[in-house]
Amino acid sequence: MAEQDLPGLLIMGIGGTHGVQESLAALLKKHFSVITMKELLENKKEVGKKIQCIFVSEFRPTIDQELLESLPNLKVIGNSGVGVDHLNLKMISNFGVRVTNTPHAVADSTADMGMALMLASARRLVEGSQIAVSPDTNYFAADWLGVEVTRATLGIIGMGRIGYKVAQRARAFEMKILYHNRNRRSQEEEQAVGACYSEMEDLLQQSDFVMLVVNLTPQTEKLIGKKELGLMKPTATLINISRGAVIDQDALVEALQNKTIKAAALDVTYPEPLPRNHPLLKLNNVIITPHIGTATVQATHMMAEEAIANMLSVLNCQPIPSEVFPQ
Amino acid sequence: MTQSLIFVQRKAIRAVGDDESSGCSVSLNTLTFVSTCSRPIMKGEELPGLLVNEIGGMHGILHDHVEFLKKHFCLITMKEFLENKKNMSKKVQAVYLWWHKPVIDKDLLQSLPNLKVIANSGVGMDHLDLKLVASFGVKMANAPCAVSSSTADTGMALLLASARRLVEGYHVAVSPGMEYCEADFLGVEVTGATLGIIGMGSIGYKIALRAKAFEMKILYHNRTRRKEQEEQAVGALYCEKIDDLLCQADFVMVVVSLTPQTHKLIGKREMELMKPTATLINISRGAVVDQEALVIALRSGVIRAAALDVTYPEPLPRDHPLLKLKNVIITPHLGIKTDKATRMITEEAVENILAALAGLPMPSEVHPS
Repeated sequence: MAEQDLPGLLIMGIGGTHGVQESLAALLKKHFSVITMKELLENKKEVGKKIQCIFVSEFRPTIDQELLESLPNLKVIGNSGVGVDHLNLKMISNFGVRVTNTPHAVADSTADMGMALMLASARRLVEGSQIAVSPDTNYFAADWLGVEVTRATLGIIGMGRIGYKVAQRARAFEMKILYHNRNRRSQEEEQAVGACYSEMEDLLQQSDFVMLVVNLTPQTEKLIGKKELGLMKPTATLINISRGAVIDQDALVEALQNKTIKAAALDVTYPEPLPRNHPLLKLNNVIITPHIGTATVQATHMMAEEAIANMLSVLNCQPIPSEVFPQ
Repeated sequence: MTQSLIFVQRKAIRAVGDDESSGCSVSLNTLTFVSTCSRPIMKGEELPGLLVNEIGGMHGILHDHVEFLKKHFCLITMKEFLENKKNMSKKVQAVYLWWHKPVIDKDLLQSLPNLKVIANSGVGMDHLDLKLVASFGVKMANAPCAVSSSTADTGMALLLASARRLVEGYHVAVSPGMEYCEADFLGVEVTGATLGIIGMGSIGYKIALRAKAFEMKILYHNRTRRKEQEEQAVGALYCEKIDDLLCQADFVMVVVSLTPQTHKLIGKREMELMKPTATLINISRGAVVDQEALVIALRSGVIRAAALDVTYPEPLPRDHPLLKLKNVIITPHLGIKTDKATRMITEEAVENILAALAGLPMPSEVHPS
């Protein structure tokens, strides 16, 4: 049968809370013989041989040594999303398996999410929506204010593809843009968005909004800790759309409680989700969203398409658009 | 008693996207304004009386603004006025409305024989009977420059929050029962989507400028068409018929003044013309949208969602169906509620009042239509 000639692709499942969306599964089925974890586990020996690719979406399935050992013909792991900190790249590489990510598909949605969180936090949108619907509300207080976004200073830490798109959007709000990156961008790129390269300390001291848009690596783990939070303005807001572990969460709790900084808006935490008794959940100057940076119909489709293109390029021995290597 | 006004330092930096036609050239951070008398104020002479509803409280002037106001005016609250009408009534030369209070009616106007000007905080004037006020020879002013950026920001905040289901997501993230976020918790894309702006005044235009940076396709409908350069600067396409905008837009943003013509502008017919995947955002006035029709449209999936910074009334009664719908975000008239914007509104109002009292042209005088 035609389907069985297609290369075998392992996915977590279809539908439900942890599975791939039905429409994405249909897309995958055009190019692969799709095999779920359940099917694999039912008959590891036979089914394992068929699998040449794994589609990892929302960090599932978990790639561990046991799984890799059971897939002798595995050639590539196509991750949906750009962050690969959940993958042990060295271990995977030792099995001769390539890893790809989807940097193009995520950029717009994640930049949009960063802007959404910055605006929601500045204007106290979530608090406001609660007031608007609360049974106890009988008037809207005149002195209930947020902070202005237009013409405020935005400090972008991590000016890759996503960070740059954030800058493009923020510019339209006439924001003053500072950025810090491993490498400085070209002059034309800086001028196009009106961004000034800054040392971390300067950026932290001058920004009204600090947005984290870095990868999680050993170098960026706890990049923002007590010292960095202490450098920020007491009127500043910290926005995180990268990975939870980039921030020292305990230091953040303390900073928010002591009003060292004004507020935080986090699409990512460590772990996800946070334990239900975590202090971050109780602070009223924090907005947390459940890692929905790329959670749109269009973005998830684009990520699947980008992952498919990556995986097929590996199988067809063609140049791989977005391969990631162990550091 | 007259004061001559010397505008000592007025840096008017034209901000990007300022509405050329309205002559707005006020920069949020650099408007400074000093009034000095041509001669020292003699003992017994007073600053002109400015009537305000109250200081602080539910609808009062912000405490932070009082010092600034007292530099130019003798502040009189409604309470003080009512307790001592005989003495106070002649002192009042100006009224500063904060959140539509005090209510300006015939009785009040008749009791203020020396009233020259009413300055409104904000741009909407639908709560004032402009003809009545004018019939007393009283001038009126609004504050169009101060509001446009903040209100545009509110519009974008609501658009993004609704598209990405931010409020719902927050509740999922903090709820006691949350163990995971469902893989099928999806919002809709903003980048590259089509935004239809109904009402392309200063605020609408600033929204277009912001939306352009999200690579949105922009359609707009307005009483009058904008100049070609203005359209091109934001890549906006004019829709002479509102229907054309409604059937193409992924996001419909309503940014009009409330007038008899715009009352219930968006009703059952308009919502049915919208895409079932579309979102309605209202940052103008609650009464521009037919609220009953909106409830039905949201319940039956005629449109995907709504985000409302304004309702009719404000706040809504606590049992109103809009409060219970999952696909609605309601915010408590955030519009201009930022530290900077409110400050700027008061500065703009003071500028208008002082100009009126000196018999000079007012920066933003409003006439009955």
